[in-house]
Amino acid sequence: MNTSVTIAGIEFKNPVTTASGTFGSGMEYSEYVDLSKLGAVTTKGVSSVPWPGNPTPRVAETYGGMLNAIGLQNPGVDVFIKRDIPFLRKYDTKIIVNVVGKTTEEYCEVVERLSDCDVDLLEINISCPNVKEGGIAFGQDPKCVEAITHELKKRAKQPIIMKLSPNVTDITETAKAAQAGGADALSLINTLTGMKIDIHRRSFLLANRTGGLSGPAVKPIAVRMVYQVANAVKLPIIGMGGIANAEDALEFIMAGASMIAVGTANFVNPTATTQIVEGIEAYMKKYQVEDINELIGCVK
Amino acid sequence: MSVALKKEAVVCENLRIATDIYSMWIKEPEMASTAKPGQFISMYCSDGSRLLPRPISICEINKKQGALRLVYRIAGKGTEEFSMLQASDRITVMGPLGNGFTLEGKKALLIGGGIGIPPMLELAKQLSCEKQIVLGYRDVTFLDKEFETYGSVYISTEDGSKGTKGNVLDAIRTNGLHADIIYACGPTPMLKGIKGYAAEQGIKAQLSLEERMACGIGACLGCVCKSKEVDHHSNVNNKRICKDGPVFYAEEVEL
Repeated sequence: MNTSVTIAGIEFKNPVTTASGTFGSGMEYSEYVDLSKLGAVTTKGVSSVPWPGNPTPRVAETYGGMLNAIGLQNPGVDVFIKRDIPFLRKYDTKIIVNVVGKTTEEYCEVVERLSDCDVDLLEINISCPNVKEGGIAFGQDPKCVEAITHELKKRAKQPIIMKLSPNVTDITETAKAAQAGGADALSLINTLTGMKIDIHRRSFLLANRTGGLSGPAVKPIAVRMVYQVANAVKLPIIGMGGIANAEDALEFIMAGASMIAVGTANFVNPTATTQIVEGIEAYMKKYQVEDINELIGCVK
Repeated sequence: MSVALKKEAVVCENLRIATDIYSMWIKEPEMASTAKPGQFISMYCSDGSRLLPRPISICEINKKQGALRLVYRIAGKGTEEFSMLQASDRITVMGPLGNGFTLEGKKALLIGGGIGIPPMLELAKQLSCEKQIVLGYRDVTFLDKEFETYGSVYISTEDGSKGTKGNVLDAIRTNGLHADIIYACGPTPMLKGIKGYAAEQGIKAQLSLEERMACGIGACLGCVCKSKEVDHHSNVNNKRICKDGPVFYAEEVEL
């Protein structure tokens, strides 16, 4: 039985990774999960200098999901290189580093700093709804997506994955733009912009007013977008958005994702990732699937 | 610190002790064996639409019985669900989480405000020094009788129905209380006041903070507070309340 998948020439032992921002750099979850059992660990977004993020409250629960407005708090690329890469390299798993910036130059700076580092792929976050500059502003305009992809592709030694925003009218437009810019793969979806109001205090619940919606509530939207993009571009897709168990993961794979990422589910169940790896294997045994690649995009 | 466990615990009892305030004992011997005063546990709802666990402070630890006591307020649908649980029901919990109080000092002031009162009970049990316990309520009191076993209890109520009219600092001043260490848990404005009072008096203070959380184990960075120093983990003056706290020395954090 083969559970390995290949993206941009890199082989992953299985199609399960973590969604950026929900797993740190793996340290906190390494007490619950053997990181070597995951296809890859995708780290929290890293910027050129440390970012403090947004004021609290930063998280709020919604029906079947949650809103977050962390604002990409991170210790900066220097600390990341010194502390987090050596930590992750102790495990037999691939490392996908999520890259954030406020300007094209900042994204380029981080990519250049990481190009000589021992990491496997770079995921470019051009779709965070919680930062004013960079983030979502890049991710909604196909011209910007193509331009930044092109700039980063020139500088990166590792394959680059563009992480797309669902907060657009037609996600296939930005997907095609990333492909035109030279992207090696796509991640989708990032969170959907949402809001919660505290009716007792008559105020916004999050200090940032709006936040990114994630969790099971967004899953059908994410599956639909993965399906649309898989049929519009040739690039491999890492699918994510509300995946909580193996059944959810298989939906994304059948819609066209070569890999899947587990996000909010980690907060609810710290061992969600490895349970999904086991659940996919159990499914393959049950239906006598010899190779997981047979399932990728099998629903047409 | 030992790793927090996610387990199914058995409810031993769940009683209403005041308006919207409930006292629940759960049996989970492994958690009870490592828990410290000031730590908390995450409690999960059985309704799948309510995803995130609710952080609830540990009120009492009974290592012999392998049980933990949680005194909580109904604040929304999740805690309302917990209030419906009955003896022999099961509930999924993760814990113990956070760092807890450091036991120190010769003469202590234990200060609890509102739903910040419960964690002071186990602390009062475990602290062997001289203790003055100050409890602040809006109106209706709870747990105050139980504290009397462990030290002298002073009460403040906002409406003046019991004890000193006003807040915990009013009760401290009215009763002329002094100490060489303060332990406190309660709403942020109260902790802010205590931080100022401790600085003015030159007393060390341990404050237990709260914030909306998601993961409870330090990964999501939802529940941060401003810290004085650039800390090792974040590199940006943001300590994680769930993992680095919830208990901090007053001078470590900005409120």
